[in-house]
Amino acid sequence: MLVKQLTVFLENKSGRLNEVSQILGQSGINMLAFTVADTSQFGILRLIVSDPGRACAILRENEFSVNLTDVVCLSCPNKPGALAKALRILSDNKISIAYLYAFSMGDSANVVLKPDNLEECVKVLQEHKMELIKASELYQI
Amino acid sequence: MIWNERIECATREEMRIIQSERLCETVRRIYHNVPYYRKKMHDIGLSPGDIEDVDDLRKLPFTTKIDLRDNYPFGLFTVPMSEIVRLHASSGTTGKPTVVGYTRKDIQMWSEVVTRSLCMAGVHRNDIVQIAYGYGLFTGGLGLHYGTENLGASVIPISGGNTSKQVQLIEDFGSTVLCCTPSYALNIAEVIREMNVDIRKLKLRVGIFGAEPWSEAMRREIETKLRIKAIDIYGLSEIVGPGVSCECEEQAGMHINEDHFLPEVIDPETLEPVEPGETGELVFTTITKEGLPLLRYRTRDLTRLHYEKCACGRTLVRMEKCKGRSDDMLIIRGVNVFPSQVETVLLNMSEVEPHYLIIIDREGTLDSMSLMVEVQEQFFSDEIKKLQELRLKIIRNLESVLGISVNVKLVEPKTIERTAGKAVRVIDNRKI
Repeated sequence: MLVKQLTVFLENKSGRLNEVSQILGQSGINMLAFTVADTSQFGILRLIVSDPGRACAILRENEFSVNLTDVVCLSCPNKPGALAKALRILSDNKISIAYLYAFSMGDSANVVLKPDNLEECVKVLQEHKMELIKASELYQI
Repeated sequence: MIWNERIECATREEMRIIQSERLCETVRRIYHNVPYYRKKMHDIGLSPGDIEDVDDLRKLPFTTKIDLRDNYPFGLFTVPMSEIVRLHASSGTTGKPTVVGYTRKDIQMWSEVVTRSLCMAGVHRNDIVQIAYGYGLFTGGLGLHYGTENLGASVIPISGGNTSKQVQLIEDFGSTVLCCTPSYALNIAEVIREMNVDIRKLKLRVGIFGAEPWSEAMRREIETKLRIKAIDIYGLSEIVGPGVSCECEEQAGMHINEDHFLPEVIDPETLEPVEPGETGELVFTTITKEGLPLLRYRTRDLTRLHYEKCACGRTLVRMEKCKGRSDDMLIIRGVNVFPSQVETVLLNMSEVEPHYLIIIDREGTLDSMSLMVEVQEQFFSDEIKKLQELRLKIIRNLESVLGISVNVKLVEPKTIERTAGKAVRVIDNRKI
């Protein structure tokens, strides 16, 4: 129930993000969701892509610092309070979140989560009948 | 005023006799007390009896920072620790500092040469001397302090930093002499202006600046901005600290206290003495020091010597401002930094590649050092806080070894240019 996220280290200099998206585009890799975390010194690009393994290899060939991280992808109904319910479950079970970002897909609102304890997070969410997106489903979008 | 006229105005022949006598005595003492030097002399078939006067100086083996490191911390001391009353330390070429020890007599000698230096600069006992060099392991603060007390002037031992307080005391205490690094002097000048203090009402008249290289242009800038006479003082902790040499009011080269520190200028490649008046690497043999006497210590500073009598009346040999170094040492805010120290810190951390680039800038009046480091892929994390922790760890490790804060920038792998030949590790953007 885990999804591979592609993480790319970016120096704060212009054109780097553009380069990443161009390389992926030329290789026929689709970006489903992404977010940039920035500090005054550097940035980190986090991506969900259609083929994380290949994307990682291609970016590495192009001398980017890349790694693959396991994350959880949660699908919520697109209505008020849906995310709050999921977060409440995690908080009640003392699971902290390092970061999260959202993307929408048709009627569902999806959240990519990086919890401190991946297995526990998946277990708790499944116990509460929350809908998790499988990697195989996700990459086909 | 000339503090010690008999010495400072001695004829060349008189000086030669003093130096020869002291050199022979020092060589004997070192040979009998320091196994390391004894072995060095044995290796080249030299015994103390072979040294009869200053002309025999060139027979002696050289000493470098490496020798001090190999004998860290006290291996080259010629006296038992019970005789040592003070320790100072400066940067070594790697993680270990260079340690120097002084006997009570060494401290007296050091005070004497600093007092002479102050007199050369035109300081007298009625002066109020604000010492804004750092006090501590660095020799700057305490070196000037003891010399000033020995002269009988009033010391303000404020140490470095806290610039608005420096300005306040210059104003309120009526400091007439300021001792610090030249870049800090400019910093003080700037703060004086920011605080709207009327420079014409200040009593400052002399500045004694050293511990870092500075140009004639910088001297003019300081003299104009602070309305003082800016005097250059030279020294290195291995030899004694500040006071090895100092300019007089003629500002025509620094008079070396050569009855204590015997200078030579050599070609750093061939290690042979250069022709008189030629530029080369300055080498000192200490001929009165008890705690840590050094034979032919290679300073790595490039300069030349002038033996003509000075207009001030002194005959002490003069050295020009140093023109550079024969090694890669950097001086940043008065602190000596070797690129090899940075490398050692990085090599001890598995998280980063040993590929780095040091960038030195002068922002306003103060030097700053930045370091670009490549992050290894296996340590690259998807979490910002882990990368920030790594960055802080590098900063802390560097600070504990170098003694200055460094702005660390994490960069992508292969960002730093690889060269086939000697890697470019340092970009110095300062215009000194």
